[in-house]
Amino acid sequence: MATTDQEVNELIKREYEHGFVTEIEVDTFEPGLNEDVVTRLSEIKKEPEFMLEWRLKAYRRWLEMEEPEWAHVGYPKIDYNAISYYSAPKRKEDMPQSLDDVDPELLKTYEKLGIPLHERAKLAGVAVDAVFDSVSVATTFKEPLAKAGVIFCSISEAMRDHPELVKKYLGTVVPHTDNYFAGLNSAVFSDGTFVYVPKGVRCPMELSTYFRINAANTGQFERTLIIADEGSYVSYLEGCTAPMRDENQLHAAVVELVALDDAQIKYSTVQNWYPGDENGKGGIYNFVTKRAACIGKNSKVSWTQVETGSAVTWKYPSCILRGDNSVGEFYSVALTHNHQQADTGTKMIHLGKNTSSTIISKGISAGKSSNAYRGLVKFGPRAEGARNFTQCDSLLIGDRCGAHTFPYIESLNKSAIVEHEATTSKVSDEQMFLCRQRGIDPERAVSMIVNGFCKEVFKELPMEFAVEAGKLLEVSLEGSVG
Amino acid sequence: MLSIKNLHASVEGKEILKGINLEIKAGEVHAIMGPNGSGKSTLSQVLAGNDAFEVTSGEVTLNGENLLEKETEERAREGVFLAFQYPVEIPGVSNLQFMRTAVNAMRHHKGEPEMNAAEFMKLAREVSKQVDLDPAFLKRGVNEGFSGGEKKRNEIMQALLLQPKLAILDETDSGLDIDALKVVSDGVNALRAQDRAILMVTHYQRLLDHIVPDYVHVLADGKIVKSGGRELALELEERGYGWLGIKEDATEASSAN
Repeated sequence: MATTDQEVNELIKREYEHGFVTEIEVDTFEPGLNEDVVTRLSEIKKEPEFMLEWRLKAYRRWLEMEEPEWAHVGYPKIDYNAISYYSAPKRKEDMPQSLDDVDPELLKTYEKLGIPLHERAKLAGVAVDAVFDSVSVATTFKEPLAKAGVIFCSISEAMRDHPELVKKYLGTVVPHTDNYFAGLNSAVFSDGTFVYVPKGVRCPMELSTYFRINAANTGQFERTLIIADEGSYVSYLEGCTAPMRDENQLHAAVVELVALDDAQIKYSTVQNWYPGDENGKGGIYNFVTKRAACIGKNSKVSWTQVETGSAVTWKYPSCILRGDNSVGEFYSVALTHNHQQADTGTKMIHLGKNTSSTIISKGISAGKSSNAYRGLVKFGPRAEGARNFTQCDSLLIGDRCGAHTFPYIESLNKSAIVEHEATTSKVSDEQMFLCRQRGIDPERAVSMIVNGFCKEVFKELPMEFAVEAGKLLEVSLEGSVG
Repeated sequence: MLSIKNLHASVEGKEILKGINLEIKAGEVHAIMGPNGSGKSTLSQVLAGNDAFEVTSGEVTLNGENLLEKETEERAREGVFLAFQYPVEIPGVSNLQFMRTAVNAMRHHKGEPEMNAAEFMKLAREVSKQVDLDPAFLKRGVNEGFSGGEKKRNEIMQALLLQPKLAILDETDSGLDIDALKVVSDGVNALRAQDRAILMVTHYQRLLDHIVPDYVHVLADGKIVKSGGRELALELEERGYGWLGIKEDATEASSAN
């Protein structure tokens, strides 16, 4: 019947609600990329000498690299010299010492985004690092965290205040040679979050970073490094939004997680970058390398992502399971509509004995969008008794979208066990009719059905973010039904 | 309350309903009987507003209001309830959430305050007892892994929660064993009220032993060919449809469910 398609089309039409621009004075580099830009960037951040060398090495290598074309996405060639590599709100002092020193315009921006940075945020019990374009503008709850021994700061600060930790771990999980976008990021990364949880410490609160792209024609190259020392635990969440602009903007981030013996890291993402308009104009190119190294025995890393934004997403949060008995998990909801394209999934590299991994991927496609799951499960020769369970489900809304699954399995160990399940379904006319016959609005019905489809992933999110993710899905689907 | 005049409807260009006329007053229970393929299910789907069926001519009013120009959800909010023959599963959406969303959509329409989760839970537990459904079913996905009988009881539970003006029961007895039939029938009898009309679509007269109708209509090839009282159903059971000149081997044309 005609209902579902028409309904769905209209339901997806709702405007992006974080699309405003903050009017603020900024220092921005002229567009263009060369060694001088890399050097100025390092200088402006007052980085130690080794960092400049590190960046230049990455830059020189990047020049020789090729942009990958294997993903199931299409976009016009990016002119890397048309992008500005640094933009930051002007500051009177060097660094704001407290929230009182932060520009009120910025505080208002985060209020508007629903992320109050002021002390009353204490109620929520979540510490926030707020990254605005190329710089971290505020980090909350540093003191109570410091009491527990947890370092939670911007990576720029970490390079100055904890150079030994940065030097030891930066680039060990994602080397600058890893891929084109990781190479670019290594050369020009501007800011991001640094977390260190010492031995035996359970981080007393949720940590989060809120990334905001504001300036036009600027790329955001964030770099996040989280280290969980032996027996520690940390739960971290990132959120992302950007203004509505007609030009595409590049976001090429690198996230590295390191889990030592018996450590656990839970990393959750709610990605809501501007997806472009209904005709596919504008939106963020989200080319991200996220990887965790479970180097310790019995360590565990869980990635949970809810991806609703961006024009093009290219992202595979992965786990290298080096330590014996280490565990990797990947829970993903990726929703695309209009002309959005997503090629996302994970890599689980089993190297240690009795390592195990779980992959639950839920792809939802609406409009004319394309949604691909790409996953690699690999077992090395030492991975005795390793196992993986993968479940990939795709849900189609309407009949002009596409869902694709590209699972790769490589095993060099005969004892490895791998299970793979995949399904593709549609929001059926019968389901819609049942809901509507009970008096439920079509858009409410679609969002309820989609939320039900994503339930297994949402239950992995920290409570308050699960509610947020449900709402976000509802908003993202508005206009898909009428 | 419900008035159907010369209703014609088709699916994929094939005419199924060929001029239905029917009047149902508040407080009455009507049974529509007929062989497979006579258009019974189509009639229920058309009344509820399934877009898979095209109404080509005719008129349907509920309390004087033109039903055919309203969307499915608007009809539902005006009090039209369809208990499905084959209720579809909605994985991951809890029965409780689904029912509360429906009840609150109705309440919103009537300008009543929405029920919060705790209030609704209390109400749902009470009603689930009426249809002998373990409250554990409230937490399961909508119809997910339910047996045939559990699905039917779940449908009647929704009718009891939503308190419709017009309840259409599509083959509510099919696939039920005798105990389940009793439970479902008790639920339907609990729905009987002075201000409510009930339209039962059934292939078998056995349901009518439990839910005694005021009127029985025989549908054949898209038309009502005979109407009568309770005794008509008994006569059909004894003599089959043949004496009315109806062939009984037609295949079910409606695939709406």
